Amino acid sequence: MGIAVEGACKRFGDFQALDDVSIDVPDGSLTALLGPSGSGKSTLLRAIAGLEDLDAGQVVINGQDATATPAQKREVGFVFQHYAAFKHMTVFGNVAFGLKIRKWSKPQISDRVHELLRLVQLDGLAERYPDQLSGGQRQRMALARALAVEPQVLLLDEPFGALDAKVRKDLRTWLRRLHDEMHVTTIFVTHDQEEAMDVAEQLVVMNQGRVEQSGSADDLYDHPANEFVMSFVGEVNRLGEHFVRPHDMDVVLEADERTEEAMVQRIVALGFEIRVEFVLGDGTEVWAQLTRAELQKLELREGQIVYLRPGQIKSFSGDVPSSDGRGASTPRDPEGDDDAEVTAAA
Amino acid sequence: MTPTLSAKWGLRTLAFGYLGLLLLAPVGMIFYKTFEHGIGPPVEAMTSPDALHAIYLTLLMVAIAVPVNTVFGVGCALLLVRHKWKGNAIIDGIINLPFAVSPVVIGLSLFLLYGTGGWFGPTLSELGFQVLFSIPGMVLASIFVSLPFVVRETVPVLQEIGTEQEQAASTLGANAWQTFWRITLPAIRWGVAYGVVLTTARVLGEFGAVTIVSGSISGETETLPLFVAKSFEQFDEQSAYAGAIVLALLALTTLLLMSIGGRKARTASSGPIPIAGDTAIATANTKEGS
Repeated sequence: MGIAVEGACKRFGDFQALDDVSIDVPDGSLTALLGPSGSGKSTLLRAIAGLEDLDAGQVVINGQDATATPAQKREVGFVFQHYAAFKHMTVFGNVAFGLKIRKWSKPQISDRVHELLRLVQLDGLAERYPDQLSGGQRQRMALARALAVEPQVLLLDEPFGALDAKVRKDLRTWLRRLHDEMHVTTIFVTHDQEEAMDVAEQLVVMNQGRVEQSGSADDLYDHPANEFVMSFVGEVNRLGEHFVRPHDMDVVLEADERTEEAMVQRIVALGFEIRVEFVLGDGTEVWAQLTRAELQKLELREGQIVYLRPGQIKSFSGDVPSSDGRGASTPRDPEGDDDAEVTAAA
Repeated sequence: MTPTLSAKWGLRTLAFGYLGLLLLAPVGMIFYKTFEHGIGPPVEAMTSPDALHAIYLTLLMVAIAVPVNTVFGVGCALLLVRHKWKGNAIIDGIINLPFAVSPVVIGLSLFLLYGTGGWFGPTLSELGFQVLFSIPGMVLASIFVSLPFVVRETVPVLQEIGTEQEQAASTLGANAWQTFWRITLPAIRWGVAYGVVLTTARVLGEFGAVTIVSGSISGETETLPLFVAKSFEQFDEQSAYAGAIVLALLALTTLLLMSIGGRKARTASSGPIPIAGDTAIATANTKEGS
């Protein structure tokens, strides 16, 4: 049950949007497809909806092979980033659309639409037109429209991407609660790792048309399969062959065998969190995340020489996460970024 | 930077003066001349059998050419915008042909094709079907000259609305036909409506192509513009002016019907009517008099 994609491939001209992608979404779960733009996450979602044909591979929805089924018959609810509101119809007309297509009777439609509008808190706005609504209201209308036909699965393509930060936060909390009530298998696409971790039970991290890793937010954060995942799900410093999260950087004033000398370059106060930027002896720039109290205790100032002790180091050269000292062996280009050599099996 | 008051009024005067001299003065003169001696003479001129038949024929041309070109135009625009294909550039070019070619040339080409020495002429006349000097030829000419308008007006609107609304409709269970009628057509209706108005205006006023294929036989193959021209040549100025007024009124009625229809269709939502086809309007006007 749920949704399964097996060996999906899709090419647009020279661009390989999906490269042998397989994912498994449990029935009733809320899963996030997370990745940078061009990673293939939207293409995968559209392929599940039937809005994109796959070159190869299979889409299985609730145990049935839907690969050859047109979008019209897949019974998926799809929510677009830019709402795709039917501009010539009222809010009521938008939400009623799928029901009219299914030839429901007028009283039935009216009951169902008002029930949904209450659910998405738009009940007083049924006679408005989409261009008289705010972005957040439009997206809730689009959600009600998708839910009206009781879809087997709900697919959301960057649903909050076009909204401002405050509305986005409210809406994702609200989506989380809505999912708890409705239990419809939901996949949503986002490039925002915080949003994905906040809302989803399961995350699928994608990059360059492939799945890098999937798992819970804790799994991905604590046991990233590779450098790409590590840097995508959180902040990261690179120390030669190793990676360390800024909050795992201990700043001490006394040197020992596990510390490295560094100069304080800049101290940025971001509310509760303090961002301290350092430059190491070899010119590498790193930063540490401290609390206000820690900063006051250390009495750091710009230009000062201190010592950094990285805890929780990760290294992906041998595919084995390690947290011991510094066992750098093969030299690598320190500028080489997220082009991870380790590909995760889906 | 805001222009000074005098510059603003200077520009306005210039614009009105220009339009007045070029457009309003000639049209105004026709009105004046027509009704110089009251409403009696023009009414009399327009109720003669030949005049009535000319009005009937002109309306018949509109009734056939406009629906044909509307259906073709919307279909063609959908093909051009929604189905990317290498041949599209060629189709796009061919559609512009009636804009590029003088109506007289269009008339001549139809004459060559359907005349006694043409490709189709002999075969069709054996079957007892006469195209030239009769209504079918005039319909063909009318369709030919007014073909591009609906396509040209619809293509940009289709491009602008994008495909997301249509995709949303399909995920909600709508088939292609339902999506077209319920989503696409309402979304592009202003473009189509402008195309229809321009097509109508073009068919109403068509002279060059129709004059060649029709033979301009009074009471038989004479549309209103031909009637106006012939009356003028025969020094029947009263009929010529009255005919011109009827033509102008027909065109105005079309515009009015569209504005009223459009306003009714959308009362709740504000926003100006999108004007998609300024270039097409300009082209239409330059062709009008040829």
